[in-house]
Amino acid sequence: MAIAVFTLILTRNLFSVIVLSGIYSFLMATILVALDAVDVAMTEASVGAGISTVLLLGALHLCKSEEAKHAHKPWLPLAVSLSTGALLVYGAFGLPTFGDPAAPIHQNVVPRYMQNETEVPNVVTAVLASFRGYDTLGETTVVFTAGAGLIALLRRRKKTEPEGMQRKDDA
Amino acid sequence: MSNDLVLRVIGRLLIPFILLFALYVQFHGDFGPGGGFQAGVIIAAGLIFFALTHGVDTARKVVPDWLVETMLASGVLIYAGVGLAGLLFGGNYLDYFVLDHNPVHGQHRGIFWVEVGVATTVSGVMLKIYYMFASRSGSED
Amino acid sequence: MFGHFSYIITVFLMVAGLFIIIARGNLIKKLVGLSIFQTSVYLLYIVPGKLVGGTAPIISPQYTVYSNPLPHVLILTAIVVGVATLALGLALAVRIREAYGTIEEDEILARDHVVVAASHEEPV
Repeated sequence: MAIAVFTLILTRNLFSVIVLSGIYSFLMATILVALDAVDVAMTEASVGAGISTVLLLGALHLCKSEEAKHAHKPWLPLAVSLSTGALLVYGAFGLPTFGDPAAPIHQNVVPRYMQNETEVPNVVTAVLASFRGYDTLGETTVVFTAGAGLIALLRRRKKTEPEGMQRKDDA
Repeated sequence: MSNDLVLRVIGRLLIPFILLFALYVQFHGDFGPGGGFQAGVIIAAGLIFFALTHGVDTARKVVPDWLVETMLASGVLIYAGVGLAGLLFGGNYLDYFVLDHNPVHGQHRGIFWVEVGVATTVSGVMLKIYYMFASRSGSED
Repeated sequence: MFGHFSYIITVFLMVAGLFIIIARGNLIKKLVGLSIFQTSVYLLYIVPGKLVGGTAPIISPQYTVYSNPLPHVLILTAIVVGVATLALGLALAVRIREAYGTIEEDEILARDHVVVAASHEEPV
């Protein structure tokens, strides 16, 4: 995965960048399975590797496929990123260790979720749709709003459009 | 790409199974991994695959724009409607316990309809996004 | 040290995403960097929910130890919202490409400066 990320930073051909990000998403999905998050892994594999790769390729088709040569030297961004990383690593050592059952995340509300009062065996579904129903309603609204915003952005064509875009919009 | 015979034939063979798998993920989400978000994305992925192999125009005839846009909005409305149904039966908003005489069955019913709403919106949005990008790029993508 | 190894991976991914966003001028590459940043946040949420010896949170009489379902729920919705916002960003990139003819940040800024210099009176 680290190799995929490094190549991703260095590659200038955007087509390879997009394919690499698809590979990266699949690797992330396998890691999520190893971390017991099967629902999340399923979503990541279908969304990250499937839909967003197709969308990126579709957008790439409309844009130029080669990244320009970098005008600036990357030292300042590199310094900013590395110092942020160092701070975060320093902070991470204050967090609970991996797989610690006494960590605060396992203490508060989760035991009640696990009592399974909705009698739906998949707790993720139960929490998603029932316990945190408002939350999911909000998320669905966000997805809807993003779709609506995208329609607003892409529906109208410009008057002077380049050749190859001759189909009439049926809107 | 849309003229590749192998892709078209394999696509026709696979798409029913992709859609069937999406329905399995949707309705088996209570018992195994799955649910509305995943099912919506898989439905959209299957239809996008169809659009890739057969061309966007064919896909637009099968799943027209008005249907996609209706799906987009009706999913949110189904979700909010479940909440209102909870109010009508005398509970709080999005309270599923009152949807049936047996509170547990009420929960199941509420979760079911909520997931249907989520899947509808998600698949509608994904398909719409793909249609917008593909129709911008001209004849094929 | 090994107890915190997962956080180091998370931080590495986050820094890589941050670097791509800051250092690269291409808008599509910036969006890819943003999605890498996002996946690091997924890891940050999911990793503390894992219990050693636990299993996926699907209740079954054979198992007693389950991983924490709450982060799974949060991240599940975050992924779908993430792809919706990614699509919105790509739509903006496509519109910028149509208006400016490029998706490189430097060239866009340069063209803006040219337009401002050419027309002092006209509001831009």
